[in-house]
Formats: sequence, C-alpha cells, structure tokens
Amino acid sequence: MTTIPLKLPFKINLSRPVNPTGIWDWITTTDHKKIGVLYGVTAFLMFITGGIEALLIRTQLAGPEMKIIAPEVYNQLFTMHATTMIFLGVMPLSAAFFNYIIPLQIGARDVAFPRLNAFSYWTFLFGALIMKSSWFLGGSPNAGWFGYAPITTTTFNAGHGIDFWVVGLQVLGVASLAASFNFIVTIINMRAPGMSFMRLPLFTWMTFITAILLVLAFPVITVALIELMLDRTFDFNFFNTSAGANPLLWQHLFWIFGHPEVYILILPAMGIVSEILPTFSKKPIFGYAAMVLAAAFIAFMGWLVWSHHMFTTGLGPIANSVFTITTMLIAVPTGVKMFNWIGTMWGGNIEFNTPTLFSVGFLSMFLIGGISGVMHSFSASDYQQQDTYFIVAHLHYVLFGGAIFGIFGGIYYWFPKITGRMYDEKMGKLNFWLMFIGQNLTFFPMHFIGMQGMPRRIFTYDANMGWAFWNGVETFSAYVIAFGVLFFMINMLKSWGNGPKAGDDPWDGRTLEWSISSPPPVYNFLDVPKVEALDDFWVKKQKGITKIKSKTKPKDIHLPQASYWPMLVALGLTIAAYGIIYNLVVCGLGIAMVLITVCAWSFEPVNEPDAH
Amino acid sequence: MSDETTTGLNSRKILMWVFLGSDCMFFASLIGTYLIYKGMGASHPGPSDVFDIPTTSVSTFVLLMSSMSMVFAYAYLVRDNIKAFRIWMVSTIIMGATFLGFQIFEFSEFYFHDHLSPQTNLFGTTFYALTGTHGIHVTIGVVWLGIIFYSSLFRNSVSSKTNLDLDLAALYWHFVDIVWIVIFAVVYLFGTFRGFPS
Repeated sequence: MTTIPLKLPFKINLSRPVNPTGIWDWITTTDHKKIGVLYGVTAFLMFITGGIEALLIRTQLAGPEMKIIAPEVYNQLFTMHATTMIFLGVMPLSAAFFNYIIPLQIGARDVAFPRLNAFSYWTFLFGALIMKSSWFLGGSPNAGWFGYAPITTTTFNAGHGIDFWVVGLQVLGVASLAASFNFIVTIINMRAPGMSFMRLPLFTWMTFITAILLVLAFPVITVALIELMLDRTFDFNFFNTSAGANPLLWQHLFWIFGHPEVYILILPAMGIVSEILPTFSKKPIFGYAAMVLAAAFIAFMGWLVWSHHMFTTGLGPIANSVFTITTMLIAVPTGVKMFNWIGTMWGGNIEFNTPTLFSVGFLSMFLIGGISGVMHSFSASDYQQQDTYFIVAHLHYVLFGGAIFGIFGGIYYWFPKITGRMYDEKMGKLNFWLMFIGQNLTFFPMHFIGMQGMPRRIFTYDANMGWAFWNGVETFSAYVIAFGVLFFMINMLKSWGNGPKAGDDPWDGRTLEWSISSPPPVYNFLDVPKVEALDDFWVKKQKGITKIKSKTKPKDIHLPQASYWPMLVALGLTIAAYGIIYNLVVCGLGIAMVLITVCAWSFEPVNEPDAH
Repeated sequence: MSDETTTGLNSRKILMWVFLGSDCMFFASLIGTYLIYKGMGASHPGPSDVFDIPTTSVSTFVLLMSSMSMVFAYAYLVRDNIKAFRIWMVSTIIMGATFLGFQIFEFSEFYFHDHLSPQTNLFGTTFYALTGTHGIHVTIGVVWLGIIFYSSLFRNSVSSKTNLDLDLAALYWHFVDIVWIVIFAVVYLFGTFRGFPS
C-alpha cells in the first residue's frame, strides 16, 4: 500500500534506519514475524511472573492460618496475578499468534500497517513494565482485577498501587486497540486473490471477531479508567459516594467491557483448536459455516450478558431474569462449536501428538468450565456461588484449561513453522499430562470448597472450617502445573537451537502457512497465492499441485522498512503515564513527545529501493 | 508492497472507519455516565442554572457550518482548485477555533460566575469530563487541518492525488460534529427544558 505523505515544508533529517543489525534490528523492525516472536517471548515471560504470583498465593493457602505472606501483600498478589494473566499473558500470547500467523494464513506479505504493529508491541511491553514496576515502587494494586470503585478511590486506597493499575491498563489498552485496528484492516484488505471471507481459515476468523470485540469493548474500560484517574488525580466525583455517586457505575462500565473481554480471551484459543483438530484428524473442519456463525453469535451475545457478574448487587428480579436467559443462550452456540469439534474428530485418522492432546484437553476442560458457567448463569444459584472458590474454579477451567491449553497447543503446532525445528514429542506429552493432571487437581476441588462457602480473596482460613485438606491438595497440584510449564520451557529452549529439522510441511497442513519454507522467508510468499477453495493448500496437495516455479526475485519484493518512531511514540506514552502518577509536568513532556514523534512518524520518508 | 488491496479501498480509509466505530463506544460510555448521574447528588448549580442556550446554539451552528465548509474544501481539492481549497480550509479552521473559543468562554463563565467546577458536584464532574473530551477532539481536528493547510502553502505538496489525507481528516471532523449534536441535545436541551424528567 502506498501512502503519499504530506511534504514537509522544511528540511530535517528523518531518514529511516537502513539494514539495522543486532538489537537495532529488533527495536526498529516492522516485520510481522519478528514482532510476533517479540510478542510471544515477552508475553510468556509475563505469564511466568503471573505464575510465580499464583504459586505464592497457593503457598500461603496450603494450610490453615499460615503466615508466609502478609494480608496486604496477599491482596496485591491476587490482583496482580489476575491482571497479569489476562492483560499481559493470554491476550498478548494470542496477539503473538495474530502477528505471526494471520498474514501467512491470508497470503499477505505483511500486515496493513507494519509500523503501527511495531507500535502495538512496544506499547504493550512498556505497559507491562509500568504494571510490574509497581512491585518495586511502593506496592502493587490491591483491589482485585476488576478494581471495584469506590474501594479504588483515594479515600479508601491511598498510595500509588491503584495509580499503576489505572495508567498501566490505559497504556495496554492503547496497545490492544492499535493491534486490533491493524488486524481488522489486514483481514479485510490484505487477503490474497480468491481468499473470500468464507474461505478464511477459522483461526483468522476468530482473530477477526476478537479484534472487532476488542475495538468496541476497550473504549468502555478506557472511559471507566479515565474517570477513576480524574477522581484520583484531580478530585473529580465520579466514584465519590459522599457526593452522591453510585458505586454500580464502575461495575456496569467494567463488565460491559469485561464480558466481551472473556470472549476476547477464549475466541483465539478456539481458533487455534479449530486449526489443530482438522489437521491431525485428517478431515476438514466439520460445519465450517456453523463454526463462523456460532462465533459471531457468541460475540454479539457477549454484549447482552454483563450484569450476570452483578446478580447479587440487587438489580431486581426482572434484570436478573433477563440476564439469566441471555447468559444461558450463549451455551447454545458454544455447544454448536463443541459438537463440531467432536464431529471433526469423529471417524478421523487421529494422530495423538502434543498439539492434539492440548486441543482435546481444551475441549474437555472448557466443557467443564462451560457447565459450571451455566450453573451460575442462573441468578438464584449464583447467590450462593458469588465470590466463592466455585467462581475461581469456573474461571480457571475456562481460562487455564481453556485459553492456556489452546495457546500451548498452538505453540507446539506452529513451533516447527516459526523455528524450522521440531520440538521433543516425549517431553511435550509429559508437559501436557503434568499440566492436565495438575490443572484438574488444583481447580476441581475448588468447586467443593467453594460450595462449602470458602470465599475467594481471603489470605487465610480457620482450621475448623474443614477446607484444609483440599487446599493442601490444590497447593501441591499447583506445583505440578509449574513443573509442567518447566518442561515446556526446557523443550522450547532445547528444540529452538538443536531440534531436528522440521521441513516445510511437517503436519500435512491445510492452510497457506504450510506452503512456504520453515521458518518463512522475510517476504513470506514469493508470488501471492491464488486461492480457489477452503483449505486451499490441502486441496492443491490432493490434486498434486505443490511447488510452482516462480519468476519473482526476492530482491524485487517491496517490504515494509524499519523505523525508530513506533518505539519512540510508545516511550512518550510511557513517560506520560509515569507523569500522571508522580508529576504532571513530566506527563506534559510525555504528551509533547508523543505529538512530536507522531508527526515525525507521519512524515517519515520511504527509502529508495536501492538503499537496501 | 503492492498498491492493490482485496477490497480496492485504501487501507487507511478502513482504519479510519474502524477507529470512528471505536470512538463511538468511547463517547457512548461518557454520555452514558452523564445520563446515569443526571439529577443525582447536589442539584445546584445544575444544568438550568448554568446553561445559556442561545449562546451555545450559536457555537453549535458555527461547528455545523464548519462541516459544510469542510465538504467544499474537499470538493475543490478533488478538482485541483487549490486556491478555493485553501479558502475553505481557512474557513473550516476558523470556525473550529471559534467553537473552541466559545467553549473556553463557556467554561470560564461556569467556573468563575456560576461556581461550577468539576469538584463541585456530579453534574460538574460529568459535564466537564464529557464536553472537555469533545473539546480535545475538536482541538486535535483543528491542529490536523492546520497541518494540512500549512503544507498546502508549499508547491505541489497537496493535490487531488493526496486527497486521501484530507478525506481522513474530514471524516474525523464530521464525526466530531455529529457527536456534538448528540451532546447538545442530550446535555444542553434536555438539561434545560422544563417538563423533561431529570
């Protein structure tokens, strides 16, 4: 795509970096594959920090009345654990796949806006660092991941913990929004000839729907966060109950964002599973159109159910009934998807390797989580389950057993494509079984102790409550999960450098990314592919058409060029964010830096083709 | 990369539309907050104490006319009539700036004369947050149009070939106008009409 930049009336040197190497290459890169790897590695490190927070929580809860972690720190731990896993773990891990895989699946050379893509990554990284730096700068946020006002206002929560949460989430929101704008436009406008919407691979479809949800949901939380920020920094009254403010305002705004958000977390994993199962069952996906429509329906219904998070706030019987019904309705399209996955495997020649195991693990765990979800979608029974460990069990079944299993399956599935090497299958299976057993022994007993009344977010419990045994089991099993993840890391590190060569198409794949070399060349496709069917690559392989000699020379292909500005704009945002917490003058400087760097970005010249 | 896109539309234009869709939700949340808090908390100073509908009607009219002027500017750019394009650009920018001037005047009236600050009551909080956010949007628009106008002063830098740059700014400008129509109706008119339930 050519953009004709406005001409600068005065001369300043805005030249682009030419053939940067080493660290400068990574800082200035606009290649979607490199950005995807950056996203993946960063998000995985964040996932590990969130896991360490979880282990600390579980260690404190191992037995009754333990004193390993102080109550104040415990509050910060569970807040940061959830915030990390959702915003710094699952979402960017999905974004890593979007970055790496989507352009390959739709037959594009890059995303629609390569520099914007780099900007998303750097903003995500800096947002994550803002959030995590709170541990070293006087304490982390401590009001839970949904940060209910007014407990987050300065009246009840002085100190900077909540400020880090407020500005950190806004910066992360900018990153997610920029990425989603990019992926919507990429999927609409960068498809190869013949790649109609109903020929898109399901992972691309799920990404598209996720990005639309994100674009519409994030502004709502941004407004809520801005309101809270104005309250905390400038004494506005949005959540000041003594001025007559309604505490439910935050809850409504938060959950209008928050419920679409849970589909933002799960839909990419569903997309990954929908790629893995057909490949290893050697069958096309069962009910492709139904899968697409079910996901679209889930995404639409996701907007009509937010108050099921607020059944116990006293909205009244009519509201509770309506939201009960709309919530239960979502089980229908989810069931459609579930049966279609089973239908895909049914009668297939199934190869049970690590990605398949994780996908089948996803199906079973997500099913359990879905069923417990339908249990508290019923407002009357939710009155007993609200704020107990039953909810903790539910959300970990859908987020850990669901989203994380899907993502791990995806990492194993695309690892040969990304690195050109094969992972260690034995260790992969060991990883799966440790995580699968650990997950069930950690989270299933939470259903029991939740029903027995153990509230979530308490730092300890009395020995006479009868919760000690299962809590002990849960803590032990949490470490089993940790060992599973450890094996995953060893496997990845070992195989990345020394695994056996994977070849271009190790899985007999169905989608376009398997038609090119592993790892893909920087230009992805020598010739833009012409798509004639769903699962085009697989269909062509059946017809015996595989490699076509190309006349295009790699040096004739125009590629997005490196740029310093995306990182510098993100840096400006970060300075502004710290400024809000500590010093408004610094904030002003940060905003000025953003404005200047954005202008420089828009006037950035394109290097002559000869220059590289 | 090639110039061809799947839909034939320019990607930047689709990006702009997606952004505006997102911005709709942004303003919807702010307007929602305003409506939820309408009539709650300390009632004075309230909408009927501070609003001067004739004054705000004038500034609303000016902003709406700026949209028309924007359309003329774009139409002349497409016809490569740069001189007329510049005239209408200046007029759009002046009208946008006039609207901002009215808003500054209005805010200072409310603040110094009616003693309404964001800290006073829920009305002050929600009113300043909503209209202030809109004002920031208008400011960004004026600066954006200003940059395009400034670069048009130099030879051949703006022409019908680069009309997409103006097209995007114009889309944004019209959107900000439409949002103001909603704000004017919901905040100003509903706030002062007697008989409208508060």
